[in-house]
Amino acid sequence: MFFEISLRHDFGSRQVALDLESNAVLTALVGASGAGKTTVLNAIAGLLRPDHGRIAVAGEVLFDSAHGIDLKPEKRRAGYVFQDARLFPHMKVAANLAYGEKLAPASERWIARDRVVDLLGIADLLGRYPANLSGGETRRVAIGRALLAAPRFLLLDEPMASLDAPRAERMRKLIEDIRDELGLPMLLVSHDAAEVDRLAGRVVSLD
Amino acid sequence: MLTEAEWAVVGLSLKVSLVAVLLTVPVAYGLAWVLARRRFPGLVVLDALVHLPLVVPPVVTGWLLLIAFGRNGPIGSWLESAFGITLVFSWTGAALAAAVMALPLMVRAMRLSIEAVDRRLVGAARSLGASRWRAFATITLPLSLPGIAAGAMLGFARSLGEFGATITFASNIAGETRTLPLAIYSGLQLPGAESQVARLAVISIILSLLALLLSEMLVRRSAGRQAHVL
Repeated sequence: MFFEISLRHDFGSRQVALDLESNAVLTALVGASGAGKTTVLNAIAGLLRPDHGRIAVAGEVLFDSAHGIDLKPEKRRAGYVFQDARLFPHMKVAANLAYGEKLAPASERWIARDRVVDLLGIADLLGRYPANLSGGETRRVAIGRALLAAPRFLLLDEPMASLDAPRAERMRKLIEDIRDELGLPMLLVSHDAAEVDRLAGRVVSLD
Repeated sequence: MLTEAEWAVVGLSLKVSLVAVLLTVPVAYGLAWVLARRRFPGLVVLDALVHLPLVVPPVVTGWLLLIAFGRNGPIGSWLESAFGITLVFSWTGAALAAAVMALPLMVRAMRLSIEAVDRRLVGAARSLGASRWRAFATITLPLSLPGIAAGAMLGFARSLGEFGATITFASNIAGETRTLPLAIYSGLQLPGAESQVARLAVISIILSLLALLLSEMLVRRSAGRQAHVL
């Protein structure tokens, strides 16, 4: 089972509840804005502790409130592509890309920096600060940074948003490659029905 | 220009303020971080305690220091027996008084700069494999550096002007604890020292202005045009 997620979280004004078991390499999470899709991703990455639940990815239990298991974010090794990119503003693009790469064990890296730079077309950006990037450029760097950290699974929060059509298509192709060649578990949040249709082996709705 | 004795006063003031600030920066930053990032039941009390020197009459702060760090005080007697350090009536005591008085201002500046660091960036660093400490050292600390610099400069300017707690705790001893404000005060007690008072006053205004301008410059340089100390 790639994703076994069962969680309940109460924000006071709204509740997020999800039960999901998926054996598809790429599972899509869909639902209206505010349904808690990002909350689910944060809980899986370890950035938010749900009130109750159990989270396991590819057989590894990351969180289990019943057994007091709560792995630290840095032990979970999620490749999280945030909706808002979150590049480090005081580091150039090259340093942003290297941040997670340096921390990952060399034996677990599965993609080379040159390949990432080439795939995402960010060679010209390496010497720039995030403040001097466009929205699409920022997003591409954020994706590259997550891939280079040698993640065990990917959490993609609308990764194609704000990419132009050709770039979005290259990204979809890359995601397909990761899915088919590496079999890396991926959870994709997307509003694009056609995209979800094409990429996801399983679609889960959150409401 | 200044006489030799007046230069000595300026030198002592700079020494006292510098030591006070160097002593306080790590403490103030730690407190600022706790106040900005942690949530616990005693937070309000800690916040109030940190700000106490800002609102309590300085002479009361000096008196409290005397009770704690005096020869017979719990900390003072321990310092003396364990290390042979006496703070009362010495320039180190003046530095301690200045440090305590500068602490709230420094904490405020640093706290604001820590709060301005987007916590989601820390989350991003953690998910990329950084431990809590590494995320702090590579994200929070460098991004709050302008606040550290600004806090240090503000604290320095505040230390230069420290009077009440210093004269209460460290007394007014020429060449030992008589910093600029104390020398100006002493000059005012003497007939015919008007020009000396004026020279020292001008010097303290210039030093304080320089400290403020320098902190403003540091902040702008590292944080861009939108950041301000003043």
